[in-house]
Amino acid sequence: MEPTMDAALFYMFALMSAVSAIAVVVSRNIVRTAVALLFTLVGVGGLYFLLHAEFLAAVQLVVYAGGTLILIIFGVMLTSKSPFSRYEPKLAEVVIAISLGLVMLTALVAAILRADFGRPRQLAEPLAYPVDKLGQALLGDFLIPFELASVLLLVVMIGAAYLAKARRKDSTTGEHG
Amino acid sequence: MQGMIFEWLGVQPGPLATLVYSVALVAAVFLPAVMLFAMFAIWWERKVAGHMQSRLGPNRVGPIGLLQSLADGIKLITKEDLTPRDADRLLFKLAPYLAFTPVFAAFLALPFGPDMTFEPRLAVGLFWILAILALEIMGVILAGWASNNKWSVYGARREACQMVSYEIPLGVSIIVGVMAAGTLNLVQLGHEQGGGIHTWLIFKNPFAFAAFFTYFVASLASNKRAPFDLPESESELVAGFHTEYSGLRFAMFFFAEYAAMFVVGGIQAALFLGGWNDPFGLIGYYHRQFVQSENGLGIFLVNLIAVGVFVTKAIAIVFVQMWLRWTLPRPRIDQVLYACVKVLLPITCVLLLGAAMWQLFVPEMPGIPWVDYSPWNFGQWARAGATPALITQAILSLVGIGLLTAIVTWVIYAAISGRRIKQRLTDPAPIDEETPAGAEAAEA
Repeated sequence: MEPTMDAALFYMFALMSAVSAIAVVVSRNIVRTAVALLFTLVGVGGLYFLLHAEFLAAVQLVVYAGGTLILIIFGVMLTSKSPFSRYEPKLAEVVIAISLGLVMLTALVAAILRADFGRPRQLAEPLAYPVDKLGQALLGDFLIPFELASVLLLVVMIGAAYLAKARRKDSTTGEHG
Repeated sequence: MQGMIFEWLGVQPGPLATLVYSVALVAAVFLPAVMLFAMFAIWWERKVAGHMQSRLGPNRVGPIGLLQSLADGIKLITKEDLTPRDADRLLFKLAPYLAFTPVFAAFLALPFGPDMTFEPRLAVGLFWILAILALEIMGVILAGWASNNKWSVYGARREACQMVSYEIPLGVSIIVGVMAAGTLNLVQLGHEQGGGIHTWLIFKNPFAFAAFFTYFVASLASNKRAPFDLPESESELVAGFHTEYSGLRFAMFFFAEYAAMFVVGGIQAALFLGGWNDPFGLIGYYHRQFVQSENGLGIFLVNLIAVGVFVTKAIAIVFVQMWLRWTLPRPRIDQVLYACVKVLLPITCVLLLGAAMWQLFVPEMPGIPWVDYSPWNFGQWARAGATPALITQAILSLVGIGLLTAIVTWVIYAAISGRRIKQRLTDPAPIDEETPAGAEAAEA
């Protein structure tokens, strides 16, 4: 791909992520927040794609955009009473969030100012990071963390199944149980 | 190619020019192709439905009703674009685009021919298509949610349930195929299956053969096709998630659905059914020959035929999807989820284990050439050593060749025995005349 194309796409995805990230913060409607988050995630996925980290981009889409976000919206649909549930933050929450955000911002700005980006390097070739190497690393060098993560997921799954079963006993099953 | 066009137009290459170029390419080539396919598929679906129910289907606009979708499209464009008063206007308007765009992006990695893929270097092509198709659900859920309508929300919820659960067997079935091939790149998958029907992945081991069918079932559900069309079940939920939509936005959902059917069928063809390769390995053989001798015209012609073969295979799978819609009744949502979690998921997990064991313990076939296969050299067959894998593959290939022959014979028989095709599609058959229903469907 020509550098001009890369540049155009980079600006497009960067703008998309930035604008929708602001929308995530500004919007008070939870579903709209989730949609804005979708665009942020897709934009970041696009940036991964431009860096030829296609596997990471696809994982970003399938895990965050395709899985987590759908579950968020699903949760909102099942729990909220009014269709357009609004989020009204309390004053204390706003203060805590702003102070946390400021700390984070200072850290990021400091890190960016100190970083030495150097001259722009040649982008990696498409097949520079083959997927099979990634798989071998996951099941070879990093086997223990990988298996620990799956044990964690298993615990979560059993817990969820237990909670769902406990509730099933004292309530009549609706359409979606 | 981009540089060539810029030079020809005398434009300085820059971000803006590139952006305009890409947008123009998408608008002029990509979008019309997808739209055309969707329109054809909608017409065809109605034709199949008609013939399966002893009706004719659309037959007034254009020859055998081919232009019906165009007429419907014009009608939908001129219709009022309604938004319910209490809907979330922004999300309501956004949802159809969110449903349509991902499907569109999935065409990026589909291998239409050896050199006819939009992004052939995509190392994770298969995974990319799965990931991008998962985004389509977002549009459907938002549509249901933003409509602020009880039935729409029910539809959206069902879609979310169904999609999140069926993605797992879908992915696992694909992994079974990928294990047999050893690559996620769809173009490479095509090259690996370039040696005739016995090298197609579906016939490589028994687990891949079974995964072909589990993939098909799971893909039906993830595409919300009948019998898994609960998100829009018209007999219960009015029209499900798109109840409140009208005009062009309504049409967008249909375009998305039919384009997704093609993509899903395309993956199935590329992964299990040999992609762009014909059953005799001629396309793969001649492509290699022409690439070696640098015969530009030859490569182009082979590619053209390959595109034809690939599209035919994908459309054949879409056709089976249509068949099923008019054959099977719709289960309840709990039955759908039961079928996924307690039936399909265990089956695919067993298949995954089996395929892994097969890769570990059954030796690669030494005799069958995978790369330098020549359909004219029968001596290669004699040299093949007899291993369990080879025997299984031979049996499975024979089943496949038998099926293929049966289908071809059936279609030819239907064509010869029936009346002229055009007549069959336009004139009603006399009621007392007995026509085989299957033959009709095969031709429609």
